[in-house]
Amino acid sequence: MIRCKALTKIFGDAAALNSVDIHVRAHKTTVIMGGSGSGKTTLLRLIAGLDKPTSGEIYYGDEDFVHMSRRRLYELRQSMGMVFQYSALLNSMNVYDNVAFTLHEHSDLDEDIIHTIITMKLEQVGLRGMEHLMPSELSGGMAKRVALARAMAMDPEIIFFDEPTSGLDPISAGVITSLIHDLRIKSHHTSVVVTHDVDAGLRIADHVVLLWQGKIIAEGTADDIRHSEDARVRQFIEGRPDGPIPFSRSSTTYVDDLLHKPGTVRIEP
Amino acid sequence: MTAVISMFGRLGRSFLGMVSRLGDATSLSSASLGLLPTRPWQGRHIVIQMFNIGVGSLVIIALTGAFTGMVLALQGYYTLAKFGSESMLGAGIALAIIRELGPVLGAMMLTARAGSAITAEIGIMRVTEQIDALEMMAVNPRARIIMPRIIAATLVLPLLIALFDLIGMGAGYLVGVELLGVNPGAFIAEMQAKVTTHDINTGWIKAVAFGFLIGVICTYIGYRATPTTEGVGKATTQAVVLSSVGILMLDYILTSFYL
Repeated sequence: MIRCKALTKIFGDAAALNSVDIHVRAHKTTVIMGGSGSGKTTLLRLIAGLDKPTSGEIYYGDEDFVHMSRRRLYELRQSMGMVFQYSALLNSMNVYDNVAFTLHEHSDLDEDIIHTIITMKLEQVGLRGMEHLMPSELSGGMAKRVALARAMAMDPEIIFFDEPTSGLDPISAGVITSLIHDLRIKSHHTSVVVTHDVDAGLRIADHVVLLWQGKIIAEGTADDIRHSEDARVRQFIEGRPDGPIPFSRSSTTYVDDLLHKPGTVRIEP
Repeated sequence: MTAVISMFGRLGRSFLGMVSRLGDATSLSSASLGLLPTRPWQGRHIVIQMFNIGVGSLVIIALTGAFTGMVLALQGYYTLAKFGSESMLGAGIALAIIRELGPVLGAMMLTARAGSAITAEIGIMRVTEQIDALEMMAVNPRARIIMPRIIAATLVLPLLIALFDLIGMGAGYLVGVELLGVNPGAFIAEMQAKVTTHDINTGWIKAVAFGFLIGVICTYIGYRATPTTEGVGKATTQAVVLSSVGILMLDYILTSFYL
């Protein structure tokens, strides 16, 4: 469904993504995993069209996504949904209006029909009856579920999830993870999930992409990743602090720094 | 020598930074305003913003107007009494308020009350990814967030300033006539005789220009705020400072044109 070729994104002097090729398959869940700063959120923002790549190509079907007109991009987005890391509900509106937002904006459906759709979507995430609450009155887990209902309101073909479980208690995180999985199977959309939650990620993934320092270091099914021999993959899924991905980010040796060896300590003029 | 060069370097860089931000602000604002005639029509959101910006500022505008008029009456009376021309008090108050103090003080109050709120609100929408969320829901955030606020500020400020002028002159009348004993007939007659259409035009042209300036500065700085808590705080301060200085500078320019 989505193909990216040699995708590179440079911020200042640092490459957040370095020539990444990725293929998001239709009606499957693709999970992009990696540590903080591995470039996974950058990759998601590029695929969703929120940022433009420095170089490389993105194709939605046969369409060039990078050089697409804004009008066509907005047309495509009506079949996309996104669940943001901090839910990003519009805080001037209650739950009902948040979930109904895209329907109010992009459809001329009768309010009765919209009401029925919203009731169904809220039932799917277990929040029917909460329509009148404001975003500030919701817990983190509930806000995520409302965000999920909002993302599904237009029955999109693809839903993006940015860190769906981060900042949630284990039960809420479990609920969200099962919802992502079950709703994907029921409504047959394509999911792209960015997460650093190894257990949740491997549980729901049809396809896993593991990023490190802006490059793909492993790719395959959840089982491929679980049984990978690659030392970096093993370190990531076991969560060991030190290994091929080093604990220390310093580029000079500790002893040299302590001994003030010339050339190791930078002194600002 | 190197110190001098690096000083010029810093000066040059900050100047270039300023010019590039000015260019960015111009292109963002004009692109946003260009979305005014396009569909979907944002009329409802312009009205909502006019309500938020305007109605919320009524009390502070009325208070500022009243006290400005009252002080002008005291100071004007003191000065005019030295020449024995207390009867000119009405004209003096009206000209000062309509031409200068109404637009400038009204705009300053709108900056403090509504401009800061615009910047903070947009900045927080940026931090909490609500702007990205709008974008993902195929709603252009420049059409939904920036454009209605610029239009609303431009339309609302002249109305608020008209109210400021009215209350200011009324309060001036009360202090001048009731408290200091100026002849009421002379007060009103001089006011009518000396205030011309040209003076009133000067006032509302300033009001429109200041409203537009506040809208552009406060939306731009909020939209481009660094998406952190400190970033939004800094942006809000910066928006108020830049708008206030901008108002005073623009006031000089407009006054010199329309004197």
